[in-house]
Parts: sequence; structure tokens; C-alpha cells
Amino acid sequence: MPNMIAIWMPNFIMSYLGSTVTPGEAGSQFWALIYVLIIFAGVSVAVMSMNWLERKALAHFQIRLGPMRVGPHGLLQPIADALKLMLKEDIIPSEADQFVFWVAPLIGLLAAFTVYTVIPFGPSQAVSDMNIGILFMLGVSSLGVLGVVVAGWASNSHYPLIGALRSSAQMVSYEVAMGLAVVSAILMTSLNEKGTGTLSMIGIVRAQEQQGIWFIFKFFPLGLIAFIVFAIAMIAETNRAPFDMAEAESELTAGYHTEYSGLRWSLFMLAEYAAMIAVSSIAVTLWLGGWMRPFVRLLHGPSWDFIFSLFPGLTFLGLAAIAFVGVLRMPAHSFFKIQKIGLEAFGGLLGFIALMLLVIAIAGRSQDPSIGSRLNESIGYIYWFLLKVAVFMYLFIWYRATWPRYRFDQLMRVGWKVLLPISLAVLIVTAIVGVLVA
Amino acid sequence: MNPAMNSALNSGLNSTAGMAPVATPYFFYGLAALAVVSGFLVITRRNVVHSALALIVTLLSVAGLYLMLYAPFVAGVQIIVYAGGIMVLFLFVIMLVNIERSVKERRFNSMWPVGLSAAGALFTLFVFAFAKGRALFPDRMMSLPESSNTQQIATMLYGDAGKIGPYTFAFEIASLLLLVAILGAVIMTKKKI
Repeated sequence: MPNMIAIWMPNFIMSYLGSTVTPGEAGSQFWALIYVLIIFAGVSVAVMSMNWLERKALAHFQIRLGPMRVGPHGLLQPIADALKLMLKEDIIPSEADQFVFWVAPLIGLLAAFTVYTVIPFGPSQAVSDMNIGILFMLGVSSLGVLGVVVAGWASNSHYPLIGALRSSAQMVSYEVAMGLAVVSAILMTSLNEKGTGTLSMIGIVRAQEQQGIWFIFKFFPLGLIAFIVFAIAMIAETNRAPFDMAEAESELTAGYHTEYSGLRWSLFMLAEYAAMIAVSSIAVTLWLGGWMRPFVRLLHGPSWDFIFSLFPGLTFLGLAAIAFVGVLRMPAHSFFKIQKIGLEAFGGLLGFIALMLLVIAIAGRSQDPSIGSRLNESIGYIYWFLLKVAVFMYLFIWYRATWPRYRFDQLMRVGWKVLLPISLAVLIVTAIVGVLVA
Repeated sequence: MNPAMNSALNSGLNSTAGMAPVATPYFFYGLAALAVVSGFLVITRRNVVHSALALIVTLLSVAGLYLMLYAPFVAGVQIIVYAGGIMVLFLFVIMLVNIERSVKERRFNSMWPVGLSAAGALFTLFVFAFAKGRALFPDRMMSLPESSNTQQIATMLYGDAGKIGPYTFAFEIASLLLLVAILGAVIMTKKKI
């Protein structure tokens, strides 16, 4: 029996690694379910680590230490917070609209997580590839605002209502500029022999692969301008600083989720961060080449492929090194003994992952389809995609630490009088240049 | 290798069995029931926000029906325009209404007869269309392959390779009408431009 499993497991894994299509396309419900579970767990973990990173980075921006007590360097803080939020009493105000108050966080969460079905982490590493991919993503993520609006209304309180009104006005206005910027990127996908573009997320990255250029550099500076418009609009869409008018704490206490507490409040947070990752993935897919590694045309060939495939392992090696530097810098007091052991274990885990990734990179060097090379390829795709998304996530924190909040009329002015004309002009010029080139 | 393992292997991605249709009639009945029930809730709720939420459910289940008809583009547009855009504006306006007063207030005119007769007329039309439908409608579903649905719609609306598509004229007229409506709205709200 163990012998049979030894034969069967590699075959089973190969049946996934060897595929060139997504589970949705292959019609395999089993693998689709596995993907969904992996993505759900991954996004939840990413949100937790993002929560830690944000508090830590914000603190360092302001020359503070940030969370330090729970675990070494506060590493276990998000877990402690999650436990606290789950154990807290779930208060529904008596004057609130009970059912709508109850359902509002779920709407936001559902919208934020549904879009992950079409995000392409690699050419076959997505739950499904829809013909209407980007349209689906924009549509479903625009449903997230319903959760915010409805939560503000159901609370039956002044601050949440104002927060909800601001949020809906803001999202509706920025969606326009965002959509036009997206259309100008979609126009660029049609620059092939057939002259047919695509809305499919995988198709958009494939078009960049074919043209050998990320769309951010296409028709310079048109792609760059469209990207910047999108990058500004996506901050407004996710209600993040400096556009966090819906939850401006100096004016509206906590905005639309003032009356929420405990688990229900944490669902709002989860939805917000999941939506941030989702819009960053849209930006990465449309303008930054999705799963493609940098310099794919300039530095090509097997040796360059090998060098770039070492990056995932080296990244984890760097993280492990940071952890061990932290161990060395710990005070030599006996109070820090357990913290030190914890950080050493964490660093060891990161180092082990780094080692595994490096072994895979070296073992999977050859081009012939073995498990090693396929695994190496998949890790490369996912790594570059996630790295680009991670840059955006850091930018979100950076913006929050850097810029003061906009006033509401300034926000509207930027949306309608600056971003909308720019994105419209970029769209028209892109279309003209595209016709002239073709 | 035993048969159970074999079938597990076949459920891997490389199975060449082809795509089994996921959209069974049960999906249709479920979505249709959802649309009808929430549509009924839209007109029976006294609280306007509840009506609006029920309307969103209706619109989403209709989008699901479009998906079942292998029209993903229309479904996507339904979500992005109606459920995402228009319903947010609806809610925006409704929230400014004093709902508590409108819930308590007694209705002073009854529209039941008008509404019922309109619904009855529509129902009769549907029954008629269903009964005589074979002559009116094509006998089979239009086959737009799902993998190029958007591209085919674009060909119909804008034409292909220098030729005008069958619906280009109607499409342009409709967009002109919408432009006129936008201009009208601007002129009505702003006296001086």
C-alpha cells in the first residue's frame, strides 16, 4: 500500500503541475475547491501579517516601536487580536435595523473574496479564467461599497450615516476614472495580428508576454499615466488614507463601523484588507506584467532563468537573516529568554523554507517536464506576482504614514476635475496611437 | 492501481473527459425563485432600504440567469451597472429620506388596482409569448462560444474588418440618447453654465 501511494502521489501532483489551464477551464471541481481553500487561507494569513506589518511600519515611520510585547517583536499580536475580537461580545444596537446590521459585513466580505476566483497568480494558477475576467473583478469589487453603505444606514446613528454617504459618493466618482484607466490598458491588449483584445485576466498578461513589454511602459508615457490614475483611484476605492473619508477618525469617530464591535467589526477589517490585495492584483495584472519576471526580454536564456529562479529562496534567506539579527540584538536579560527562543524558531522556519526553495530551484533547472522543473516554474510565477502585490501593500502603508487626509470637496475635485479628464485623454490618445501603430 | 485511485487521478486537471455542463436546470429554478421572491419583497416591504436590498438580490439572480444562457458579458455588465452603480445611487438617495416617518405614515392613495392590472397585462403577454413563442423566437439558443463572447458582441456592435456590424446604428443612436439625457440632467441642475 505505501508503495502504491508512492507511485500515485507524484502522478497526482503532476496532473496538477503539468496542466497548462486553470481548474475552471479543465472543468475539475476537485482542484478548483483546493485552489479556493488555498486562496482563502492565504488571504487570511496575508491580512493578518499585513495587520502586523502596518502597525509596525507606521510605528517606525513615527519613531515608535509598535507592538513589542506579544511574541518577539509583536509577531503574535495579530493572533492575539483575532482571539480578542472573536471573544468580544457581539453588540447590536437596539435602535439598529437588526437584519441589515447583521448582514452588512457579510456583503463586504463576500464581494472582497469572490474576486479572487479570477486573479491569475500564474498561467494556470487561478481558480478560473473567465472571458469577462476584468469586468467581473471591477463589478464584484464595486459591490463591496454596498456593505459599507448599508452598514452605515443600519447603525441608525449620525456618524456612520455620514460615513456611508461619503463612501458611496466617493466610490461612485472614482469608479469612473478607474474604469477608463482600465479600458486604456485593455485597448493595448488588442495590438496583435488579429487585432482582437481580451478582458480575461490571463489573456491580459499573455498579451504583455507576447508584446514583450509591461503595459506600464507601453506607449510611454501613456501606460504610465493610466497606471498612476488607477493607482490613485484604487486608494479611494478601498477607503484608505489619504482618501479614508468614510472612516475619518478625527471627524466621524470611526465612520461607517462606529457601532460595530467584536467579530463583526473584524469582518469589516478583513474585507478592507482583502479588497486592498484584490485591487493591487488588478494593477499588477494590467500594468506590471502579472506573473512575468522582470527583464523577461532583455535578460533571457536558461542561465538568466536560473538566476531569477533563485530569488524566492534568497528572499526567504534575507528574512531569516533579519530574524537572526533580531535575535542578536535582543537584550541579554533572562526576561527575553523565551522571546529569543521564539524568534530563533521563526528564523529557523524561514531559513528552512529558503533552503527548500533553493533546492527546488537548483533541482528544477532543466527544461524537461519533471516535478522539480514544474514546481520551480510555478513557484517563480507565484513569487513574482506576490512580490509585486506586496510592493503595493507596502505603498498603502507608506501613503497612510505620509499624507494628511483630503477634505471631502478636495477629494471630489481630484476625482472629477483631474483624474477623469486625464484618464479620458489617455484613453483617446492610446486609441489613436494604437491605430497608427497597427 | 485500484479503481478508486484511478478515478481520483482522472479528476485531476488533465482529465480529457471534457467539460461537463455545470449549469443544470436546478440552478435555473433556484435563481428564478430567488428573483421572483426578492422581486415580490421589493414591492411589499414598507421600509424602502429593505426594498432596495431585495432589488439588488433580484438583479444579481438575473445576472446569474444570463450566465446560464452563456452570456457572461451581459451578466458582468448587469452586475457592474445595475447592482454596483445604479443601486448605490438608489441607496444614496433613499438614505436622505426620513424613513421612520414614511414607514409610520398611512398611505393616502391606493395603487393596487393599477398595479394589479398592469401586472396582469404583462403576465398575459408572457403567457401569449410562451404559447405562440415557437413562431416568434428562434427555435434554438444562439451559440456564442463562451471563450469569445465579448469579442463576438464587439463584432456585432462595431463591425469587423471595415464592415459595419448589424447593430452599429442602433447602438450609436442609443448612446446619443444617453448623451442627451446627461446634458439634460446637467442643464436642469445648473441654471448658469
